[in-house]
Amino acid sequence: MDVALFIPCYVDQLAPQVGLATVSLLERLGCKVRFDPRQTCCGQPFVTTGARGEAERLARRHAHLFAGGDPIVCPSASCVATVRHRYADLIGERDARALAARTFELGEFIARVLNRSDVGARFPHRVALLESCHGLRELDLGWPSERTSRAPRTGITESLLRAVDGLTLCDVERRDECCGFGGAFSVDHPELSARIGVAKLAALAASGAEFVTGTDVSCLLHLDGLRRRSGAGPKPLHLAEILASPEGA
Amino acid sequence: MSAALDRRALELLPSGERLAAHDAAVWALRAKRDAAGRAEPDFERLREQARRIKAHSLDHLDVLLERFESRAQAAGARVHFAEDAADLQRIVLELLRAKGARRVVKSKSMLTEECGLNPHLERHGLEVVDTDLGERIVQLGDEPPSHIIMPAIHRTRGDIGALFERELGSAPGDTDPGRLTAAARRDLRARFLAADAAITGANFAVADTGTLVVVTNEGNADLGMSLAKLHIACLGIEKVIPGLGDLAVFLRLLARSATGQAISAYTSLVTGPRPGGELHVVLVDNGRTKLLADPRHRSALSCIRCGACLNTCPVFRRAGGHAYGWAVPGPIGAVLAPALTESDELRALPFASTLCGSCTAVCPVKIDLHDQLVAWRASDSPRSAGSRSLGRLASLVFASPLAYRLAGRAVRALWPLLRGAPPARAWLAARELPEHPGASFRARFRARGSQQ
Repeated sequence: MDVALFIPCYVDQLAPQVGLATVSLLERLGCKVRFDPRQTCCGQPFVTTGARGEAERLARRHAHLFAGGDPIVCPSASCVATVRHRYADLIGERDARALAARTFELGEFIARVLNRSDVGARFPHRVALLESCHGLRELDLGWPSERTSRAPRTGITESLLRAVDGLTLCDVERRDECCGFGGAFSVDHPELSARIGVAKLAALAASGAEFVTGTDVSCLLHLDGLRRRSGAGPKPLHLAEILASPEGA
Repeated sequence: MSAALDRRALELLPSGERLAAHDAAVWALRAKRDAAGRAEPDFERLREQARRIKAHSLDHLDVLLERFESRAQAAGARVHFAEDAADLQRIVLELLRAKGARRVVKSKSMLTEECGLNPHLERHGLEVVDTDLGERIVQLGDEPPSHIIMPAIHRTRGDIGALFERELGSAPGDTDPGRLTAAARRDLRARFLAADAAITGANFAVADTGTLVVVTNEGNADLGMSLAKLHIACLGIEKVIPGLGDLAVFLRLLARSATGQAISAYTSLVTGPRPGGELHVVLVDNGRTKLLADPRHRSALSCIRCGACLNTCPVFRRAGGHAYGWAVPGPIGAVLAPALTESDELRALPFASTLCGSCTAVCPVKIDLHDQLVAWRASDSPRSAGSRSLGRLASLVFASPLAYRLAGRAVRALWPLLRGAPPARAWLAARELPEHPGASFRARFRARGSQQ
């Protein structure tokens, strides 16, 4: 299957290894991966800071670059959520719906499009899952703990991790409470963002996990910044890095 | 830009024990709400029904208000309309003066907090006693409520023991909740009996029957309005619903969402005054009509003030209600502030959210709270000129792949200097700089292609 890679700006610049892991994982699953180097930013930071004009221009640009029929795969839940939930306001309902229908978060693409849960990964470690809020509530990648309808079921991200050979998933207290990153929030309200993050980090550390993984590099970078300051807590690894391991398998 | 929020959070809830206690107490409410919601098989259906009833009620608010007015008057109540906070203050003061009232007992009403009614009455020589236990605690402590259903949730048992010792003469060092409650009760009982008038809020106003619905767990509103000859109920115009059948839907949602109770201890339906007494109903606009005319945000008027969005909010639990700077804190407060308040600081509250979306997920009337926060940010947000121009610059960089590549290269080259750059500085106050990422993904992807 041909796949158009959507590598968000901050993954490209700050976590290139996540992009590479995404490529090697998709190739291992039989996809032909294309990357258009004209892509930059989907506009998320402008949507969340209320810079509507800028957000609209970047959304149009993104939609134009990703025109065509191939599925668009992205290792960032919040960027996919931006396309799926915020673009209608920016580029119009019709264009947004067509683009959203083809845009997938990496794990979601593997589970819902490729119909795979076991991707042949091996990662013999204790891992905690950080269910990033956009993936959890806007992309339905998990089961929010406050949801009262029906019986809980296992989410997509968790199912993929459970299928990884050797991996032990650790239980985290308040498993899906926000990590406190929140994009602009972490800059506008640094004290509160850090408070929430420190609590999250403590819960993750108490779970006994060696690594914390998730679908959003931004949340992981935030927690890692706090971890490196305090010196305690599991190391962050993006979902793609775990699913792609061992590298070259 | 909204450093005031962080500063007040630090003052009210300094890190450590006090912060942990507040977080745990508020989180416990959310946990109870989750359990109660799951135990009620109709919970999701009720939420959808409640949303529709509120949407319908707001669409026909003019008709419902007139119907409520005529039915309530027919039952012997007098109905007044107040355009804003000053109007409410004036009407209530006149009503009290006309009866020569000096001592007033009051039950919990967020609307009167919003409109600053207590300080106004006190300035004019009236004695106003809050009778809800939590409200009484914050009143004795001379501070505003910090939560819309748990006014004193930021206070520890030790705080309250010390406060009651000073104000009510409870035994020194006593922090037993039962004995402290009894001390408050003894003090309040005398005040109830001496009161000339009772002021209450109302959770709902039923148009078909002209009925006010007052929900409490302590019975304080009921006692107040049953004893005093003059009862003044103050409520926002958005509290009107069509009929008693609709009320049944909300009563099944309200307490479950607020405290996890199936129903609150007291639910009083008041139609007309008590025999020999007077009932005045003051319906307050205070910015609500303007909000009603805003199609993107009007559903915020559906709020039934259960507090569920506060309880689940990771920011509220770490900031405490006072940090928000006005009567309604948390996600619903941040959604209402730009519509109902004036100051730049309050209008920036939509930025005080991580947009995690849990508020939207718990709201019993399904207000799209976090989406509304995003929408408010784009409307006339008072974000600083500095961050606006930084945003414009960034968007220019993102508009050109070349500029983007060069900017990426510059950031890499200047990596250690990032510590001093303004947005990074705030970020790095509590965090370390990430390790240098090395070459960008696009550079590595290209290199990989040329090797194959």
